[in-house]
Amino acid sequence: MRLLSGVAGVLLMLAAWFASAQVFEQTLPNGLKVVVKEDHRAPVLVQQIWYRTGSMDERTGTTGVAHVLEHMMFKGTRSVPMGEFSKRIAAAGGRENAFTSYDYTAYFQQLHRSRLALAMQLESDRMHNLRMSATEFGKEVRVVMEERRTRTDDEPHALMYEKLMAAAYQEHPYQHPIIGWMNDLEAMTPADALEWYRSWYVPNNAVLVVAGDVRADEVFRLARRYYGKIPARPLPLRKPFQEPPQAGIKRIVVKAPAQLPHLIMAYHAPTLRDAEQDSLPYALEVLAGVLDGNESARLNKTLVREQQIASEIGAGYDNSARGPGMFVLEGTPSEGKTVADLEAALREQLARLVRDGVSADELQRVKAQVTAHEVYKRDSVFYQAMQIGQLETIGLGHRALPVMLRKLQEVTAQQVQEAAREILKDDYLTVAVLDPQPLSASPKRSGGVSHAH
Amino acid sequence: MRISSFLFVSLFGLVNAVSATPLIQHWQTASGARVYFVEDHGLPMLDVAVSFAAGSGFDEAGRPGVAGLTNGLLNLGAEGLTEDQVASRLADIGAQLGGHFDTDRSGVSLRTLSSVAERDAALDILARVLQQPLFPEAVLAREKARLIAALKEAETKPDSIAGKAFGKAVFGEHPYGWWSEVADVEKIQRPDLLAFYRTHYGARSAVVALMGDITRVQAEAIAQRLTASLPPGGADARIPPVAVLIKGGEQRIAHPASQSHILIGAPGIARNDADYFPLYVGNYILGGGGFVSRLMTEIREQRGMAYSVYSYFMPMQQPGAFQIGLQTKKEQADAALQLTRAVLRDFVDKGVTEKELQAAKDNIIGGFPLRIDSNRKILEYLSVIGFYDLPLAYLDDFAANVGKVTRKQIHDAFKRRVHPDAMVTVVVGAPQAQEKTTGSGK
Repeated sequence: MRLLSGVAGVLLMLAAWFASAQVFEQTLPNGLKVVVKEDHRAPVLVQQIWYRTGSMDERTGTTGVAHVLEHMMFKGTRSVPMGEFSKRIAAAGGRENAFTSYDYTAYFQQLHRSRLALAMQLESDRMHNLRMSATEFGKEVRVVMEERRTRTDDEPHALMYEKLMAAAYQEHPYQHPIIGWMNDLEAMTPADALEWYRSWYVPNNAVLVVAGDVRADEVFRLARRYYGKIPARPLPLRKPFQEPPQAGIKRIVVKAPAQLPHLIMAYHAPTLRDAEQDSLPYALEVLAGVLDGNESARLNKTLVREQQIASEIGAGYDNSARGPGMFVLEGTPSEGKTVADLEAALREQLARLVRDGVSADELQRVKAQVTAHEVYKRDSVFYQAMQIGQLETIGLGHRALPVMLRKLQEVTAQQVQEAAREILKDDYLTVAVLDPQPLSASPKRSGGVSHAH
Repeated sequence: MRISSFLFVSLFGLVNAVSATPLIQHWQTASGARVYFVEDHGLPMLDVAVSFAAGSGFDEAGRPGVAGLTNGLLNLGAEGLTEDQVASRLADIGAQLGGHFDTDRSGVSLRTLSSVAERDAALDILARVLQQPLFPEAVLAREKARLIAALKEAETKPDSIAGKAFGKAVFGEHPYGWWSEVADVEKIQRPDLLAFYRTHYGARSAVVALMGDITRVQAEAIAQRLTASLPPGGADARIPPVAVLIKGGEQRIAHPASQSHILIGAPGIARNDADYFPLYVGNYILGGGGFVSRLMTEIREQRGMAYSVYSYFMPMQQPGAFQIGLQTKKEQADAALQLTRAVLRDFVDKGVTEKELQAAKDNIIGGFPLRIDSNRKILEYLSVIGFYDLPLAYLDDFAANVGKVTRKQIHDAFKRRVHPDAMVTVVVGAPQAQEKTTGSGK
């Protein structure tokens, strides 16, 4: 009980934090939303620009273009020659990179607090002045193909995940890998990348997040100066996607050079649409925590330690996305056990959940971890900015964060049990199995075949 | 440090104040452990890391794997706590137990809320895990099986295959190049772990790093509590010397992957090496500096041959590897390898330009505040400073040490320490299907 009072104390403190939360926002006349998180613990800052455009906005034939464009954004503008962006950030002591997901594309620089103007000057410039050189495109798309080989083609578990997504989704563009299909990369042209840039890289499709040792009014002033003149443009129409109901279990087998088999079970699941009104996504989040939120959680305890059916096990669910979600179970059978043994053992765990629910201890444990994590995350300015950017680009907005934390704390054991009953059904399930192939007998794969540009 | 630098700025409104480094407090406990502490009340949390000279470099000849399993089993059962109790009690209070393991250092780390009840409960578990581990038979049997499964899996992965072959070729019979085989793991028994623990987890080799929301008085009590009952042993904390000059050679290993994984290198430098800063700054220019290094420019930016290409020195107690690595599709692996070698040779022969040196210094010095902008990063510095006995002023002097480096020093240091003609090359997923090994470098 002493411990509970401690966690309750932290909750009070967190509430106070949010009440005085030093998050400020302003939307410029051209539609660019600027969010500032002041954090004065260290004399550093991070600038992140988030475009509400990811691989889910692509179409067949040009999959991967969002990510290829992300690479091309480092290749020079009318006034900043090729290679200069990175050189100037480096000369200022900065670190920089970018990332593309299904839902968004984001660029960031981490710098000393005195260098915000430089970061804004460069980032705003490439929002509207990018030069698309055919020569640079030809080289960079080959870099992306190498990235695909490294990260997917030669990584059995990643390959398996790619094929699982392609099987699980029939209509929704989440069926396509973020990095794109190799054939689409091979056929991609500079015009494809340029069209993508012109369609989506506009201030009214972006959120600027600055966090760290800054003053909000100064950030807004600089943002108006550097980004304010970039004109807004109408965005392409975004089509709604509604995955047709799955009519029964789906199973796929993936062969790849490996020693150990692997199993993934993925259930279609909803994501948050209304942070205040929704409840199922919160219950699923807690459910994932009960199964795999810590070393003593159910799956590790029963399947790895007690029954020793699995050598690795995990469960995951992310309640925040522009599109639908997945509740995923994943594991590697122990020596002498098969994927069928592991699937049966996982199903037994799920049946137990549906039948008996979760204990008060388990529930409390997950909530305590959520609370502690809220404190720990403040150790990283970058992560705090990242959370704001994600919530903004998926449409929930950063002000949903305290609501989401409160709603998680309100989840009951009964809601968790009901969520398990509702979502963990065969009709929503895709099962993928890795069938390990010996190294010597593996057929030559097509991924590395050379091609003309 | 954060508080003081913040006050400084807000009171005087200076924009370019020199960034303050954390004030490190250092003492030795009654038990003999060395403590490194930074007091910071900015967040209601505490980070602790306890390190020992008990990495894989301390394994006995012919018995690799014992050090790693000892580290791995520390938090899987201690006096009065089953492994499940360790895990569930930490989870109840939102505390996180972690570890660190490399060739030199074995460590356990803890992150907890600093409120009294949580902190006490978390430290109680850490104290028992460190000082009264049980290494239960059943847990060992299970963890051995899991480790063997992971080893077998690693034997199929091109990057693991390359890393293993590279380590063996660079370090020969030295423990830095050892790799646990399935048979090594199979024969490890509980008495091996107990003996290793008693020998290598003594208080006198322990380094306690503390960062966060506690006072000096509390820190002293915590450090003593975490180390008072450690084994009395005072094992020799030295690892055998590495033979720095090697013959070099090239190995090509077949693999069905679409890319070749290429590693090039040789033994590099130790942590306390006098050439540390010239080599560090020089390597930033060669292959350490993000998107702007020479290797990145030549291999990726100008030719699109790889997604990742890098070089680094791994300064350890004894000289760790100097390593260059990249992955590229098989059809162009030979071309990429030749180009990489040419870049290295040119770098060693001709050194760096004044412009490159200035750019490197601008980045490393200007980016210094980013190295110490979180409790987690500072904690790691405390552990490293303590473990390798670096000066307490290491962070204070870092920028000046970088600033002093000259072109001539870089050129000299690389010429003396990096020998492109006596390096190991490993290519896994080699363009030629058949395996071949040559005895001499090209």
